[in-house]
Amino acid sequence: MNGGDDAAPPPSLEWRFSQVFGERTAGEEVHEVDIISAIEFDKSGDHLATGDRGGRVVLFERTDTKDHGGSRRDAEEMDYAVRHPEFRYKTEFQSHEPEFDYLKSLEIEEKINKIRWCQPANGALFLLSTNDKTIKYWKVQEKKIKKISEMNIDPSNDPGSSSPLPIVANGVHADKPQDYLSKDFPFPPGGIPSLRLPVVTSQETSLVARCRRVYAHAHDYHINSISNSRDGETFISADDLRVNLWNLEVSNQSFNIVDVKPTNMEDLTEVITSAEFHPIHCNMLAYSSSKGSIRLIDMRQSALCDSHTKLFEEPEAPGSRSFFTEIIASISDIKFSKNGRYILSRDYMTLKLWDINMDSGPVASYQVHEHLRPRLCDLYENDSIFDKFECCLSGDGSRLATGSYSNLFRVFGASQGSTEAATLEASKNPMRRQIQTPARSSRSMTSVARRGSESPGSDANGNAHDFTTKLLHMAWHPTENSIACAAANSLYMYYA
Amino acid sequence: MSMTDEPLYPIAVLIDELKNDDIQLRLNSIRRLSTIARALGEERTRKELIPFLSENNDDDDEVLLAMAEELGVFIPYVGGVEHAHVLLPPLETLSTVEETCVREKAVESLCRVGSQMKESDLVEHFIPLVKRLAAGEWFTARVSACGVFHIAYPSAPDTVKTELRSIYSQLCQDDMPMVRRAAATNLGKFAATIESAHLKTDVMSMFDDLTQDDQDSVRLLAVEGCAALGKLLEPQDCVAHILPVIVNFSQDKSWRVRYMVANQLYELCEAVGPEPTRTELVPAYVRLLRDNEAEVRIAAAGKVTKFCRILNPELAIQHILPCVKELSTDSSQHVRSALASVIMGMAPVLGKDATIEHLLPIFLSLLKDEFPDVRLNIISKLDQVNQVIGIDLLSQSLLPAIVELAEDRHWRVRLAIIEYIPLLASQLGVGFFDDKLGALCMQWLQDKVQSIREAAANNVKRLAEEFGPEWAMQHIVPQVLEMINNPHYLYRMTILRAVSLLAPVMGSEITCSKLLPVVMTAAKDRVPNIKFNVAKVLQSLIPIVDQSVVEKTIRPGLVELSEDPDVDVRFFANQALQSIDNVMMSS
Repeated sequence: MNGGDDAAPPPSLEWRFSQVFGERTAGEEVHEVDIISAIEFDKSGDHLATGDRGGRVVLFERTDTKDHGGSRRDAEEMDYAVRHPEFRYKTEFQSHEPEFDYLKSLEIEEKINKIRWCQPANGALFLLSTNDKTIKYWKVQEKKIKKISEMNIDPSNDPGSSSPLPIVANGVHADKPQDYLSKDFPFPPGGIPSLRLPVVTSQETSLVARCRRVYAHAHDYHINSISNSRDGETFISADDLRVNLWNLEVSNQSFNIVDVKPTNMEDLTEVITSAEFHPIHCNMLAYSSSKGSIRLIDMRQSALCDSHTKLFEEPEAPGSRSFFTEIIASISDIKFSKNGRYILSRDYMTLKLWDINMDSGPVASYQVHEHLRPRLCDLYENDSIFDKFECCLSGDGSRLATGSYSNLFRVFGASQGSTEAATLEASKNPMRRQIQTPARSSRSMTSVARRGSESPGSDANGNAHDFTTKLLHMAWHPTENSIACAAANSLYMYYA
Repeated sequence: MSMTDEPLYPIAVLIDELKNDDIQLRLNSIRRLSTIARALGEERTRKELIPFLSENNDDDDEVLLAMAEELGVFIPYVGGVEHAHVLLPPLETLSTVEETCVREKAVESLCRVGSQMKESDLVEHFIPLVKRLAAGEWFTARVSACGVFHIAYPSAPDTVKTELRSIYSQLCQDDMPMVRRAAATNLGKFAATIESAHLKTDVMSMFDDLTQDDQDSVRLLAVEGCAALGKLLEPQDCVAHILPVIVNFSQDKSWRVRYMVANQLYELCEAVGPEPTRTELVPAYVRLLRDNEAEVRIAAAGKVTKFCRILNPELAIQHILPCVKELSTDSSQHVRSALASVIMGMAPVLGKDATIEHLLPIFLSLLKDEFPDVRLNIISKLDQVNQVIGIDLLSQSLLPAIVELAEDRHWRVRLAIIEYIPLLASQLGVGFFDDKLGALCMQWLQDKVQSIREAAANNVKRLAEEFGPEWAMQHIVPQVLEMINNPHYLYRMTILRAVSLLAPVMGSEITCSKLLPVVMTAAKDRVPNIKFNVAKVLQSLIPIVDQSVVEKTIRPGLVELSEDPDVDVRFFANQALQSIDNVMMSS
């Protein structure tokens, strides 16, 4: 990825199983609501959030970076052990509920489409979660559980019943207009000694998630992405035809910055499939389309960014056009690399890496589903061709990963000269499927790398692809070689 | 405590509810914190209540917000100014919470408390607090720190002053954009307290940092500070330091920055003086008026009058007017609309001749604009032009514009023009009104949309006020009363409404002779809705007409209605009868 660097590519990684949450026992049925629909690490990598189709958000926290009590032996052991991120369940909350839009007679699913972490403050975690229509801003914080002792009025001896005078809450004395509460009542100068303040005893804490803001009614179509700006105060949300800009503090208005809706809906040929802010420049964002193009826009140029600054598109190979060409060209996900120089995109067949300074074509493409090309017809029949696979980059940008069918995912080396291309299975034994060694990648004639075109075994061995088990969602730890991926309701974590 | 002391009970409950599970009760207790403090006495407030509040900081934001507000005015309850510093710890905690509005309120209260504290106390308690906040681990504390420097700085010893300036300069370069934004927002306030010797050095270098920030959101706020900072500097320093920055900003790559400049530019003209205004700021402003981005042109167009007021008329005519002409045919309706809402104000600035020569054609073209908003904005400010050139020159174009708006298919547009009819009437005079607009006013009474009919009834009343009862007797009342025969009951109701509004303006005599008979006839209507509205109107007429008329006409009518088969009619009739009795009793 660091073009022009002659250093040898880093060695291929040896992936190991780390953890699984919500593992399925053999024969156990998966409930629809438990299927994971979003995964996201926070910026520090100390927290991980997943969302599911039941509208829940589950938070995990990293355990291996916390102080280990300082015992010398622990410290020594720590020294030997290969440290890799380990997470534990932290908390979960119901983010979205199923709703019904009465105006349009539409059911709104509670399924979490995306989660994005925001800036933490005062030890509280903040995140945005969205379903098809509504974005919510959550604060997750430890709260003290209050236990109050020493009240002025003994609650067990409720004066409301013992006293002849009816008492209303908050000291409003029903019978007598209370003198003590009037502004000008003269209290004795030393105060009234018999009054006491309540004493809070318990210092126990519990995690509480509170919804701080709801950003609703801004999208006519389904929200496919949300993304925070580097400036810490704004974020975007994108649906099929529009991208809106919000201020985190303001939930009742948003600004439309991209609108691709044609005046006549019959002229519609292209929809927005994903959008993301540039990780460093708060004025830049990219969005991908169903026609396989990525547009980079600069919000400085104009308030309405319908005209893009840069367009990234790969020219169609001549003569290869078929019924499926346009469907499989649709980009399902884009991600900026951490340094903002590259954009990774995933379409149905491939993973492509783009340099934002080069709009003539991708710097590299990686075949993910080439072996499915003969079966596109079947995939179209059972709608699998419309599956939206996500992609991710490692923190240093040297590796890429994306999911596939049969709970497989693939990891590629992105550095110049790297031949790394691993196929792993989301199970406790990730290398099980990787029967053959990765084929030596041949730099293709066209100077772009085409790698990983070897079929991942199963077809050759006569195993049918299982199109019902698909690994759509995955995330790479921001600083370490650790991947979290979702296989139905289970969250698998791997490290290398 | 034993509750033998019965009268203490309410205050005891109030205190207990500081920790109630119900947020409403906690909120209520916090709002009455001063009562609690007085009941505890000053010493226990200092020693118990304030520490109690300091610990009670993980409450809901609504409660924290109320607490932050109360503590700002709490000095009398802790024993006066010499004890004011005890309020700082709870406010310090509150100024670090995540919710922006709580933080802002806490900072406001900190400033309020700090500005009353003795100098020695400020040094001992307030300045350390500022430093702690500025060194806070979370950005929230550092954001709040930026807002309290201007309170701490004036009392600080010289060495500490140097330190405070350097801390602020670090905040201007903080990692978090939120902190840099807060630093940019508060720079003007802080700079106002800094000695002029340091202004040019330290403050200007902070300002430079902020103006070169890579985040647009920070630069935006730096622009806002330009004018405030400019006013602190001597004109020549302002020209040397601020002017180049603002000229640069006016050509910034980001339209949002240019938008801010367009909004702020006129304020800077005073700070730099006339000559640099002519050579630097006018060209910059002209560029903004011709900006590529419509939003920038909207902001610039909206300030055109304010800007021209600062310039001399020749400059305005020479440089600004050509742009205004272009803007009046801008491709964006919002730009034209912004221009239309202020352009009438240019007439007094330019004087009569220039207005007729240059502005009038623009007014006329805007009056024919295809968007109703643009036309409405011109009409709404008509009085400003009338003072300069008289309305005659405009009236020819005005009438078609008004008629078209009056018949616009969007009822909100019709509503807006109705609101301006009394203004138009007063500017145009009775004659013009009689000829052209009278019919429109009657037409609105029969509009399809209820809001329009309602506004039309009100309009009729305001016209009667404007031109007097005699005129109304001739030009309004007969036409209105005629419509009571409309076959649709909703329209008849509008007339009843107009009658009840007109009666107080027209006075007793006309009400009795003209209006009352019509109402009495309507009492025989077949629709119950009309009948109970008649009862309501009759009730409203009671104070206007003579006692004898009440007894002779209104009461019998109401008695009849009070025996109506419809329950609502009976209800309102009885209510009206009751009010007759009340009036009789009181007189």
